[in-house]
Amino acid sequence: MSKDKQKQTVQTTGHAWDGDIQEFNNPLPNWWLWGFYLTVIFAVIYWVLFPAWPVGDGYTKGIANEIEYTTRDGKVVKTHWNTRALLQKDLMEARAQQQKFIEELNQSTAEEILKDPAKRAFAFSVAKVLFADNCAACHQAGGAGLAGKYPSLADDDWIWGGKYEHIEHSIREGRNGNMPGFAARLTGQQIDDLCEYVVSLSGEDKENTKVASGKALFSGEGGCVACHTSEATGNIAIGSANLTDHIWTVANINDQMSHAEKKQAIASVIQKGIARKMPAWKNRFSDTEIKMLALYVHELGGGM
Amino acid sequence: METNQTTLHQGRVPIYPRSVSGRYRTIKYIVLLVAYGTYFLLPWFRWERENGPDQTVLLNIIERRFYIFDLTVYAQDIFWLAGFLIIAAFLLFFVTGIAGRVFCGYFCFQTLWTDVFLLIEHIVQGERNARMKLANSAWSMKKVLLMSLTWLLWLLVAFWTGLSFTLYWDDAYNLIYQFFTGAAPFPAYATTLFLTLTTFVMAGLAREQVCTYMCPYARFQGAMFDEDTLIVSYDEPRGERSCGRCKPDKGNKQQQARVEQDIGDCIDCGYCVQVCPVGIDIRNGMQYQCVSCALCIDACNTIMKAINYPTGLIRYTSQRQLSGEKNRVFKLKNIGYGFALLIVTTLLSWSILHRTTTELRIQQIRQPLYVHLSDGSIQNRYMVKVFNKRDEEMSYKLTLQQRPGFSWEFSPSSQLTLPASKSAEIQLVVRADNPQKDGADQSVTVYMTYTENGIEKEISATSSFYFPTQGD
Repeated sequence: MSKDKQKQTVQTTGHAWDGDIQEFNNPLPNWWLWGFYLTVIFAVIYWVLFPAWPVGDGYTKGIANEIEYTTRDGKVVKTHWNTRALLQKDLMEARAQQQKFIEELNQSTAEEILKDPAKRAFAFSVAKVLFADNCAACHQAGGAGLAGKYPSLADDDWIWGGKYEHIEHSIREGRNGNMPGFAARLTGQQIDDLCEYVVSLSGEDKENTKVASGKALFSGEGGCVACHTSEATGNIAIGSANLTDHIWTVANINDQMSHAEKKQAIASVIQKGIARKMPAWKNRFSDTEIKMLALYVHELGGGM
Repeated sequence: METNQTTLHQGRVPIYPRSVSGRYRTIKYIVLLVAYGTYFLLPWFRWERENGPDQTVLLNIIERRFYIFDLTVYAQDIFWLAGFLIIAAFLLFFVTGIAGRVFCGYFCFQTLWTDVFLLIEHIVQGERNARMKLANSAWSMKKVLLMSLTWLLWLLVAFWTGLSFTLYWDDAYNLIYQFFTGAAPFPAYATTLFLTLTTFVMAGLAREQVCTYMCPYARFQGAMFDEDTLIVSYDEPRGERSCGRCKPDKGNKQQQARVEQDIGDCIDCGYCVQVCPVGIDIRNGMQYQCVSCALCIDACNTIMKAINYPTGLIRYTSQRQLSGEKNRVFKLKNIGYGFALLIVTTLLSWSILHRTTTELRIQQIRQPLYVHLSDGSIQNRYMVKVFNKRDEEMSYKLTLQQRPGFSWEFSPSSQLTLPASKSAEIQLVVRADNPQKDGADQSVTVYMTYTENGIEKEISATSSFYFPTQGD
């Protein structure tokens, strides 16, 4: 038997061209052929069971492959097998799994959630994703903010208040930050004096005469006290900034800047004013999602 | 017919190994029994654990925890696997360098499972001659019956092999119930099916082709062989002498007569060829197909004893011994492999015996790297992770070393209690005066104290504190 297999005789197709040109007969290996036949059988079974052939405007839907799931609005959808429906079904099932946690969070206060490691972990892991998907576009990863444009959520300065209820309100209703420009109302000299005073509020070196004149403008002609209060500590109810701390939410200032550069940055804000808007998220997030996000954002900056 | 074609692929020549008994066959059966006993029974035995499942060996992927007798392996201990594999590799090199393909011949699962499949074939269809006759006979009722019975039994062994493998990954009793009631998870069915098919194909159909064509180890072992390596070899000078082997005839039945006539001791009975599971003739010298199963030694010795010749015409020997010298075992290569084996084994044992029961990790939250605070100070945040790997609830206290200009806060608390085998994440906020002092130590070290078996212990973990650099 083994001798037969190793015999080196060659089979030809049996036809001769031009008298002596012959073709070797090299049929495909059987394993290959059978593999091919199996794929054909598989394909035919597949056509029957799954969506396969275009017919007119539609297509064959396959038999005995119905998928049923309930949408978020409670509608029951029945459809033939397709991957979109499968994903929807999986998502709805995952949502149902989450539901019991969500309900628990619904009934807990912020303090209770933080105390319970399981609830805390769940809230933070959900909020982390929500934050990355919705908030990080402006506030940046980790809430770092973008100097001069979007406030940092990682520091301890909360323009609109850093308690849970403040943060929840900011997310739910959005915020409108407005400061009028003073370029038309104040002279260059006056603005320079004001800048001197504002810089001095953060403990910078000061030029006494100008600071005094700036202070007078601040509470007098400039009318700054109306929003920033007479102590210049701001008011979270209207979102006016605290000018006495080391955090600059709009003017792009850092420790390495010279005195003149700092004044320049502040002058620009006073001249042009500010119009910043954070959209309301109440139509996009559920109450529980807002609650979880507020906890997360509070934790980012240590809150108040 | 295909038998007359020239193809690039050499068709398999079916092999029908004859059964044999002897010393090495006995050793192989003992190895087989131990291996099968371990593999098939281990998941069924229970093992008392204070915390965790009561299965002897359970590899839990979802909890990322491997339970192996009294050892619990956590995800972070996975480098033990690397250690284990390095030991396995060095052991292989060490043993192969000295004793040849011991792994192939006695321990490889391909060899073990092929052995069992052959045994089934033998029981159902009979000895070598009967099997060959059956294979070459025309299809009849009897042939169909015997063939399907063989395949059915093979399939059963293959299925049980696949199923046993899946039992290691979940509670065996529960999973087997789920499996047959259709409630087991999909991967259990997929794994069982896959292993059933591969076992059936590899051990039933492909057999020696796996070793000859597929196995990489068979290919690179040549690098480990030298003239002192033990090989299964035919003693050619004795077997052939100057006149070659020959079947016993009137004048040369006694060994003495053969020596006088200069005829070899080999009586050319062919038993050594018939028992070979890879279908070679060992008398042609060392061949790459040989897996050193040593069954030809058993075969030859059986014959030699029967005709009262001294045994050992085919035996474990080495190239050096065959040329009349003494084997050298203590040489640089063997000592080197042995030494490496010893070092890695010691390191792994030390690591397992000194595994910590508590782990503390600190990781800086790098988005943002640092934050300016309203009072001008700089804040960094860290995630501190505490693992309790003990079988009981533990209480921990976290603190930082006091340093001028630094303050810190753990959230939710610097004290925590963890149930057995749980971990927790605690946020650490550290604040430092800015600007930084020149040459100031910028590391942050968390210390954790706890009481274990009545002894106060302290462990620490260190990270860095970042200040703004110039220009930020």
